[in-house]
Amino acid sequence: MMQNRPSVPVTTIGGYLGSGKTTLVNHLLRNANGRKLAVLVNEFGDLPIDEDLIESQDETLISIAGGCICCSFGNDLIGALRDMLGGSTVPDQILIETSGVAIPSAIVATVALLTGLHSDASLVVVDAETVRTAARDDYIGDTITRQLSDADIVVVNKQDLVSDTAAKQELADWLSDVAPRSVILPTEFGRVAPDAIFGCVAEPSHGLTAHHSDALFESITLHPDPIEDVPNYVHRLIIENRGIVRAKGYVYDMMDQCWLIQVVGQRSNVTRSDQAKQNGLVCIGLRGRCDFSGLRP
Amino acid sequence: MSQTTIYSAKKIITMNPNQPEVTHVAVRDGRILGAGSLSDLEPWGAYELDDRFADKVLMPGFIEGHAHTMEGTLWRNVYVGWFDRMDPDGNIWEGVKSIDAIVARLIEAEAKLADPNRPLSAWSLDPIYMDNRRVTRHDLDRVSTDRPIGALHASGHILNVNSKGLELAGLLRTGINNPGIPLGADGLPTGELFGPDAMTPVGPHVGFERSLTDCDERGLRDYGKLCVRAGVTTCTDLAAQLTDDSVAMMLRVTGEESFPACIVPLKAFLGTTAKDIVDYMLALKPKSTERLRLGRIKAIADGSIQGFSARMRWPGYHNGAPNGLWYTAPDQMSDLYHRALEAGVQVHTHTNGDQATQMALDMLEPALRAHPSPDHRFTLQHCQLADAAQFRKMAKLGMCVNLFANHHFYWGDEHYRLTVGPERATRMNACRTALASGVPMSIHSDAPVTPLGPLFTAWAAVNRITASGRVQGEGEKIAVADALHAITLGAAYTLHMDAEVGSIEVGKSADFAVLDTDPTACDQSDLKDISVWGTVQGGRIFAATDL
Repeated sequence: MMQNRPSVPVTTIGGYLGSGKTTLVNHLLRNANGRKLAVLVNEFGDLPIDEDLIESQDETLISIAGGCICCSFGNDLIGALRDMLGGSTVPDQILIETSGVAIPSAIVATVALLTGLHSDASLVVVDAETVRTAARDDYIGDTITRQLSDADIVVVNKQDLVSDTAAKQELADWLSDVAPRSVILPTEFGRVAPDAIFGCVAEPSHGLTAHHSDALFESITLHPDPIEDVPNYVHRLIIENRGIVRAKGYVYDMMDQCWLIQVVGQRSNVTRSDQAKQNGLVCIGLRGRCDFSGLRP
Repeated sequence: MSQTTIYSAKKIITMNPNQPEVTHVAVRDGRILGAGSLSDLEPWGAYELDDRFADKVLMPGFIEGHAHTMEGTLWRNVYVGWFDRMDPDGNIWEGVKSIDAIVARLIEAEAKLADPNRPLSAWSLDPIYMDNRRVTRHDLDRVSTDRPIGALHASGHILNVNSKGLELAGLLRTGINNPGIPLGADGLPTGELFGPDAMTPVGPHVGFERSLTDCDERGLRDYGKLCVRAGVTTCTDLAAQLTDDSVAMMLRVTGEESFPACIVPLKAFLGTTAKDIVDYMLALKPKSTERLRLGRIKAIADGSIQGFSARMRWPGYHNGAPNGLWYTAPDQMSDLYHRALEAGVQVHTHTNGDQATQMALDMLEPALRAHPSPDHRFTLQHCQLADAAQFRKMAKLGMCVNLFANHHFYWGDEHYRLTVGPERATRMNACRTALASGVPMSIHSDAPVTPLGPLFTAWAAVNRITASGRVQGEGEKIAVADALHAITLGAAYTLHMDAEVGSIEVGKSADFAVLDTDPTACDQSDLKDISVWGTVQGGRIFAATDL
């Protein structure tokens, strides 16, 4: 029965046309590392998925190497999500690639209504070179700033196209203004470490700390002693402003209760876990912009 | 040899300027052999004289340029609207004027449902007229706490449900944080669900399935009856999904000898690429039949004005609400226009706010330069807030417009007071400016949002009276003759069908609206009250009383 299944985390990937959403999705599929990802897109445009990743394809479903899938949902996202939860194999993580003018927070609010799912992170991709011009456009400017205003993560793509350091700084300043509560991840060709994007928790023993597909990130795994007040512990982790992009894992309190922790940027989700999991909390940050020093055992 | 029937009538309003009024029309093989006096028509040879319309007034069959056949399906639910409304079987459902009356009507309907698990569904709720009193789950719980109940609002964008409906959807709980789901003092949802995102998870539990925009088989047959009662012989279905199954169903139903109208479905450009939809329309078009015309696209630029989701230019909404939402990005619209013009596929575009209209104009102009198309007739649908400059631009670009002329009757007071303020509310649905600018124009009902009824829409365009009785936009009133043109030839033109329908002239389809009185002779404030005897479509006679 569905009740026994763990709730599936849903990540929305928003951003205006041409920002690089599809490139990012392909990168994540390529680096799924055993996670069963289900990607939902409005429609299969020109090459939604890199051809070498495709195992088979029909009108609405693309099967991808490693057990991942990509579905087009047309105009019925909720129906597609329901079908997915009712199916025989439930994915580890769902990615919704939204239309260019969708407001991701609206989709996050919808996802929250469906049992069996929870919103993991709202991610918005922007084109480093053009986003500020687009944000001044009469037609789409306010849509872009609205998308950014409540994003958890902003992936600043196509950094290679901005060579000027001053321009980079201006962009960073602008983003911190329009996306005040977001973690900003600069990247090229959508190459973001999947661990920074996904909230689904892998067992720490899987060696998460050892490898990232992108040298931009670094991480640390904490094994804290039993904690007196877990929500407060997580709160401190965030306000200490160590540049943590993602933190996820399980910790124990003094009563031997296991807690699931999921942090994305400044937003956290701390819940009691029904199952006893291995103690371990992975923290991921941008290399050179995070400070894990005080955390190391 | 084919038979010729000559119908006599008290008056035949032809919409043909060479002979605007005649007394007889000859019909052969479902087409008009000629219109004129009996002596004009006799030389065509043997005929049968049919006097059944001798005391009736014939007009070209009305053409509804923006409606949704889903109204046929909606009538299987309980009607709880504010205004009196006629169902497909011709019964008038009295408007309900209070929450108590709504509850009473639902209790009556609930008692007739044998299956205890079956949801009770109602439609056309509109508390705007009840001092905007909010309807809650507690109101609907008075009908039943065991049976799921849902009441869809007239706009189609709000759904009220009872506690059972919320419970079945897993939403009768605290901790919900959704802009479309208001919470009561107890922290539980009030039962009001705003917008498709909030409605869709609950809809199926209260009898409103996923594809609310499409009619089903019985619904389409019932919709045909509504057409006859309104004098409509050609009707668009302006945002159909047009799946293989629904196309097959529509072909089957419209092909039945008893089906009384020609349906023109436009496929919605949502959740598909421009290339795919244009290719699909090219493939579908040859499947068209006499009574099902395929191959057109409906694009949707923005949302609705009263829902504050229409895209507005400066200074935006009168009450300070943030600007609305794009349903289609400008770049996608541009892509669609380029490809559709290149392929010769017609696009009608829904724009409500004036910025959405401007966007469509701005995207079309370069596409036209790239693919010159002298007779594209791309049409803006609703286009409610367009100003004079935008109409002049439409004329230059060869566009048509289909204005939501009865909107200011239903929601004009609300627009004046709240959404756009007096100045822009006064210019809304600027029929006169459209005609003066030379934009080919039609007017519409958007049924089921408002009842299918071209004569009512014409009345609204001529009188511009709001529900509270004020005249809103004296300068945008149009003449009766212009309004009658808009619901016949005007609408036909927007569909490239003016060579076949829209006037009573030799060679055209024998499509007539059969009226009991003369719309050109009555007081113009009585236009809406003209009773419709029925229709003739393709030479086939449909009396409303025989449906």
